[in-house]
Amino acid sequence: MGDPAKIWSYLTTEPLWWLSCTIVIYLAADQVSKRVGRHALANPVLMAVCVMAVVLWMTETPYWRYFEGAQFIHFLLGPATVALAIPLYSNRSTIRRLVLPMVAALVAGSVAAAVSAVGLSVAFGLPEQVVVSISPKSTTAPVAIGISDALGGLTSLTAVLVILTGIIGAVIVTPLMNGLRIRDWRARGFAVGVAAHGIGTARAFQVNEVAGAFAGIGMALNALVTSVLVPFVLGLFL
Amino acid sequence: MLNAIALLFVLQLVGEVSARSMGLPVPGPVIGFALLASLLTVRPDVLLKIEGTARTILAHLSLLFVPAGVGVVANIDVLADNWLPITAVLVLSTVFAMLVSVYTFLFVERLARAPEGTQDG
Repeated sequence: MGDPAKIWSYLTTEPLWWLSCTIVIYLAADQVSKRVGRHALANPVLMAVCVMAVVLWMTETPYWRYFEGAQFIHFLLGPATVALAIPLYSNRSTIRRLVLPMVAALVAGSVAAAVSAVGLSVAFGLPEQVVVSISPKSTTAPVAIGISDALGGLTSLTAVLVILTGIIGAVIVTPLMNGLRIRDWRARGFAVGVAAHGIGTARAFQVNEVAGAFAGIGMALNALVTSVLVPFVLGLFL
Repeated sequence: MLNAIALLFVLQLVGEVSARSMGLPVPGPVIGFALLASLLTVRPDVLLKIEGTARTILAHLSLLFVPAGVGVVANIDVLADNWLPITAVLVLSTVFAMLVSVYTFLFVERLARAPEGTQDG
């Protein structure tokens, strides 16, 4: 029979292996999240990323090799962003009545996110390249990467900071809003979409369909605003 | 299912091409999103053909962020050197943005509603 070491070295150089690993680990993480009643701390992205990172570390696999397989999943972020138009359309009558609060919350939230991210990073003495990389953190990953790249940040660091922001938002949003007794699903969803993009949106869909639809809109609109806003905010602080 | 996938891909493609050709700062998928929303308004019958597949993708939106998140292993040095300020920035800024956004939404919604005298308790 074949030498296990050879089979292993074949597998780890093929996209199929890391692609399968990512999906299976995510499904397991999703099951755990379901078991514990979608508890905020049992975030499926957080769990899957941690397990996957440990697997890569133990097998001494470089990230680029992993990404050769995982890119097929990463690629779907684009079409998924397009698909967000569907919950938007399904909730159009509610949304039409709320154009004004949404535009106000969008502008205020996007400015708050960009100014506080850059301002605090500068205040805490982070290196300039890290400041640039962190500046679009509340925007969805493909957009943030584009912004960071254009402004001289580290794109792979931006990707991680964006994901971490999403996880933080997704973990905090439910206890925060419950603690403040905010029960308006539209406002809750919209805010988490603006502040914590797609991962916040995924969390919102877990909790409530209306919140999810509003989060999707907040995320998409924030992508529009942040691309214009971030260069300006960086200019203020750097 | 294939119809839905084709439509989502093509709309993203149109978005990417128009963003690049017109030098728009807006990313391609976001333009695709706007195009699909407009398309549904003009042709509501398209919804039936794509809804199932699109909802399946959106139900597993979290999965799509895993590959980028695993990039943490490629940036472990920068993150380890600056973990405390980075964590502080991410947590404070994200909470701040959520609070500003949610209270602005609630405040403006109440303002917009007030003249009609339809406030609830």
